[in-house]
Amino acid sequence: MWLKDSSIGRKLIMSISGIALILFLLFHGTMNVVAIISPDGYNMICEFLGANWYALVGTIGLAVLVIVHILYAFYLTLLNYRARGFERYAVTKKQAAVEWSSKNMLVLGIIVLLGIGLHLYNFWYKMQWVELRHMMGADVDVSKATDGIGYISELFANPVYSLIYLVWLCALWFHLTHGFWSALHTIGWNNDIWMKRLRVISYILATLIVLMFAAVVIFYYGSSLACGIAA
Amino acid sequence: MAKKQNIIDEAKEAIQKAAETVTETVKDVVEDEKTQKIVKQVKQTAEKVADKVQEIIDAPETKEAADALKDAAGKVADAVKAAVSGKSEKIITPKDAKIPEGPLAEKWTNYKAHQKLVNPANKRRLDIIVVGTGLAGASAAASLAEMGFNVLNFCIQDSPRRAHSIAAQGGINAAKNYQNDGDSVYRLFYDTIKGGDYRAREANVYRLAEVSNNIIDQCVAQGVPFARDYGGLLDNRSFGGAQVSRTFYAKGQTGQQLLLGAYSALSRQIGKGTVKMYSRYEMLDVVVIEGRARGIIARNLVTGRIERFFGHAVVIGTGGYGNTFFLSTNAMASNGSVAMQIYRKGAYFANPAYAQIHPTCIPVHGDFQSKLTLMSESLRNDGRIWVPKKLEDAKALQAGKLKGRDIPEEDRDYYLERRYPAFGNLVPRDVASRAAKERCDAGYGVNSTGLAVFLDFSDAIKRLGKDVVAAKYGNLFQMYEKIVDENPYEDPMMIFPAIHYTMGGIWVDYELQTSIKGLFCIGEANFSDHGANRLGASALMQGLADGYFVLPYTIQNYLSDQITVPRMSTDLKEFADAEKAVEAKISKLMGIQGKRSVDSIHRELGLVMWDFVGMGRTAEGLKTALVKIKEIKKEFWSNVYIPGTAEGLNVELEKALRLADFIEIGELMARDALNREESCGGHFREEYQTPEGEALRQDDKFSYVSCWKYQGEDQEPELIKEPLDYEFVQRQTRNYKA
Amino acid sequence: MEKTINIKVKVWRQAGPKAKGHFETFELNNISTDSSFLEMIDVLNEKLISERREPIAFDHDCREGICGMCSLYINGHPHGPDDEITTCQLHMRKFKDGETITIEPWRSAAFPVIKDLMVDRRAFDKIIQAGGFISVNTGGVPDANAIPIPKKNADLAMDAASCIGCGACVAACKNGSAMLFVSAKVSQLALLPQGQVEAARRAKAMVAKMDELGFGNCTNTGACAAECPKGVKLSNIARLNREYLCAKLKD
Repeated sequence: MWLKDSSIGRKLIMSISGIALILFLLFHGTMNVVAIISPDGYNMICEFLGANWYALVGTIGLAVLVIVHILYAFYLTLLNYRARGFERYAVTKKQAAVEWSSKNMLVLGIIVLLGIGLHLYNFWYKMQWVELRHMMGADVDVSKATDGIGYISELFANPVYSLIYLVWLCALWFHLTHGFWSALHTIGWNNDIWMKRLRVISYILATLIVLMFAAVVIFYYGSSLACGIAA
Repeated sequence: MAKKQNIIDEAKEAIQKAAETVTETVKDVVEDEKTQKIVKQVKQTAEKVADKVQEIIDAPETKEAADALKDAAGKVADAVKAAVSGKSEKIITPKDAKIPEGPLAEKWTNYKAHQKLVNPANKRRLDIIVVGTGLAGASAAASLAEMGFNVLNFCIQDSPRRAHSIAAQGGINAAKNYQNDGDSVYRLFYDTIKGGDYRAREANVYRLAEVSNNIIDQCVAQGVPFARDYGGLLDNRSFGGAQVSRTFYAKGQTGQQLLLGAYSALSRQIGKGTVKMYSRYEMLDVVVIEGRARGIIARNLVTGRIERFFGHAVVIGTGGYGNTFFLSTNAMASNGSVAMQIYRKGAYFANPAYAQIHPTCIPVHGDFQSKLTLMSESLRNDGRIWVPKKLEDAKALQAGKLKGRDIPEEDRDYYLERRYPAFGNLVPRDVASRAAKERCDAGYGVNSTGLAVFLDFSDAIKRLGKDVVAAKYGNLFQMYEKIVDENPYEDPMMIFPAIHYTMGGIWVDYELQTSIKGLFCIGEANFSDHGANRLGASALMQGLADGYFVLPYTIQNYLSDQITVPRMSTDLKEFADAEKAVEAKISKLMGIQGKRSVDSIHRELGLVMWDFVGMGRTAEGLKTALVKIKEIKKEFWSNVYIPGTAEGLNVELEKALRLADFIEIGELMARDALNREESCGGHFREEYQTPEGEALRQDDKFSYVSCWKYQGEDQEPELIKEPLDYEFVQRQTRNYKA
Repeated sequence: MEKTINIKVKVWRQAGPKAKGHFETFELNNISTDSSFLEMIDVLNEKLISERREPIAFDHDCREGICGMCSLYINGHPHGPDDEITTCQLHMRKFKDGETITIEPWRSAAFPVIKDLMVDRRAFDKIIQAGGFISVNTGGVPDANAIPIPKKNADLAMDAASCIGCGACVAACKNGSAMLFVSAKVSQLALLPQGQVEAARRAKAMVAKMDELGFGNCTNTGACAAECPKGVKLSNIARLNREYLCAKLKD
């Protein structure tokens, strides 16, 4: 199967799963921004994307994408490590034209993955998962699943969580600045003229996505401070 | 009675001596038909002498007998003399050179129509060894394999794509007449003959011009990205020695693109298994069995193993011997060793003295320098060559007090435009080189060593704009800037002539076969098409013509009667002997363990060559060179030091093996230059020049190809002449003035 | 006029493909800044020979920056710190007095070391043999001007074709990928009508061979193009991806 056995095939998998994840992030980010604009609206979305069949299918699809993306990342890195040979260079220097992120996608990816783990525990485990169990008859507290806003403001009032989330988003930003144009490049949608444009678009897109997420963190951490002072 | 006995004894002694002399003289040359006849004659004479002695024993008049004896001895001496001089009179006729009958334009067509072919089933049974993967070697190997022959291809580099053809910059000539400027096959032929100073074979050159057009078609079909105009059609530029634009080019990297084209064709055959590629292998000898080349001995440069290879025919495409001069535009590993190996086995070495000195190279700048870098001849399309008019300006330039751009227009001497108004900066290479030397010798050199002239683009930049100039020559300008650390867009380039190409080489007939049967020689390695001087953009043309369109035909004429010859075992005595000789040579070299590095001796040889066998040669200088080269040879064979062992990779050993041959080529070059008492093309004897300093040919005496035949170690080679009779072209004094 | 510098050279020495390598440091004084990098190594080798030690083995040939034979990973850069040139055109004026210069061979699983700084790059030849050509035999081809080619395409093809096969792209790539090399050839031939006929077959065959020989996967870092001595562009890799994916999807 050429998607597994050829280098370009493997890269295509990375590329397509990556782009899909970026689309998801865009969607997720847009949703988050709602939390700032209209807390009620956000809670409506939380309810809407609860334990419904379409949300579940989406979640499973998303999980598959993430797993494929991660598995291929490790597989590719292993192959690439082998291709480099046993001896390593004693002196290496970075070329000016090479993005730092492009050479550290795996490390960035791992940080992002750890962040996802925490995030899943914080949110998915306590919201959709709880709701699922509830539906299956378990005796659990489903308040967080529907009152997203309440939960967010509670969580991000904690400065440690806020900081961890910000570091995570930082890694995500670097990951995306390279990831986006690289994905399109791998599909073949690039040429000399678009090379620069795509890189600029990558920066804009990564910044946009990260800002959407960070805004929520900062907003609720800020408001917790404000509330604290007010209290 | 005692007196009588004395005479008899003396006579016996004389006969013995005469017989000894005869045997000794003819010992080496008995295989020759003519010599054998003479030997027979001598024998008969000796028998007559014996008869006379018998008569003496009986005759009372001893005086008369003694006279008769003297007479007989004289006859023996004469016969021996005749045997020797008869040989040196030997000439090569057009028939020997296998030049086809008929009018010039029909010779090649006639040849192809009547040559013998090998049928496809038999081709598979025939092995051909091709040594070298440059334009000639790669194109020949690929074409032969496409036809169905079984090819073994060798190169010394790590990949066939590295051959030095890759460094050719400017372009390739063809008589396409796409520019509608009056070009034709005949004109290309004529320009090449004239450019070569009437020292090339007419039939070969005409064939070259004829197939030139096929080369362009072939290369385009292979995906060579030649420069094109906006209409999508091919573009041309002008080159030295021509008044038409017939040079096709791919930026400043034409050689690279053409070689990669041939390399891709070769790679396709390697992929199919029809060519077996041996890279990092160096040929060390040819194996000759019953007068025919049947294989080679080669050293695996990585493992150091000496290996034997059989072929029904052997093709040599190993390039020129310009590195004899140490500093040249050739690649570091370019060498003339294969030429010398086959020369020692009996192939004639033709016109060794004809070496081309390229006028536009970056000047020498230090003792550490390892090679010279060429700046393409195409630069002379737009660049103007000049030196200051005033000697004091030149002095200031040499002292570094002035820059080229500081000298006002009226104080510049555009000496090529001044001396050769018709061709201006685009005179042939030999003419441009000599003119530069003349100015520098007169003290007008423009750099610290006084050995450089300016190549100025300020006019072209003014006329065309910097962008256009950059688009045309950008990569050359960049190269110049990296090496010299000066910006040629602002300061004029400094250039000086350097050894670039060798027109001389192994003698071949019309079929590109050497004087050894089954041994062919193509590309720069042979002497064929350029006469005494090669025109720019013609080397690529010749290499590809030989490899794609000539050899694949002519070699079949030889192979057609070889189909019954089975593949031979490399265990044969001839292979074993050749291998033993190679091993002996290597262990001799390794055993010297002297004090000097190979390069230090090579540098010394290079200086002698440049000083005495370079641009201006004199009888006295050449004699000095011969003495000095002998000394260098002695030094080399007694004081060279090669570290390491012969097993495994040993670069110093490789270099030493090559230098051993360079020394002998140097000697051969000097000898040929001394023999050729005239100036023609790249060979300039200072004794033979016009009052204006132009080359003066001596057509009545030297209108021939000098072919040197090896006579043994430390023996003078024998000169065999191939007269050049011009049937179709009127010989003229070259004139680039009007 | 002529400036000289004193330097230390730290060179990788390795007796053979299987032997264990190590660094050796040499001191060199009075090196002219006008000499090329390889001439500096020549001087070093002359010195070693005079001390009856084995000279350093390194690949080099034309010394004009076109044959692609010279290599060397100098101070963390293939072909050294200067841009768009090969090692043979790198000059000592790019280095400072007293500097320690580290010289290593190309390091990649597909380019095993032969000796010292010399590596075996025949893998590149094998990739070309798999499909880096147009299948035409000698003779019987149409006239050179029979098919007009837009100047833009011809120029782009020329840019891609300027690859010298030195292997700097593989040496620079953290993944040991040969994508720039392969894409340059695929691009050159795909851009010309003569090469389009078998473009799909070529892209598939060359990529398959590249993968088989143990080169890594491209992750678009662009180090290859940044270090390429001939300025072969990264966009060629996008073209190769396009050619390959189209070819595969058509199957």
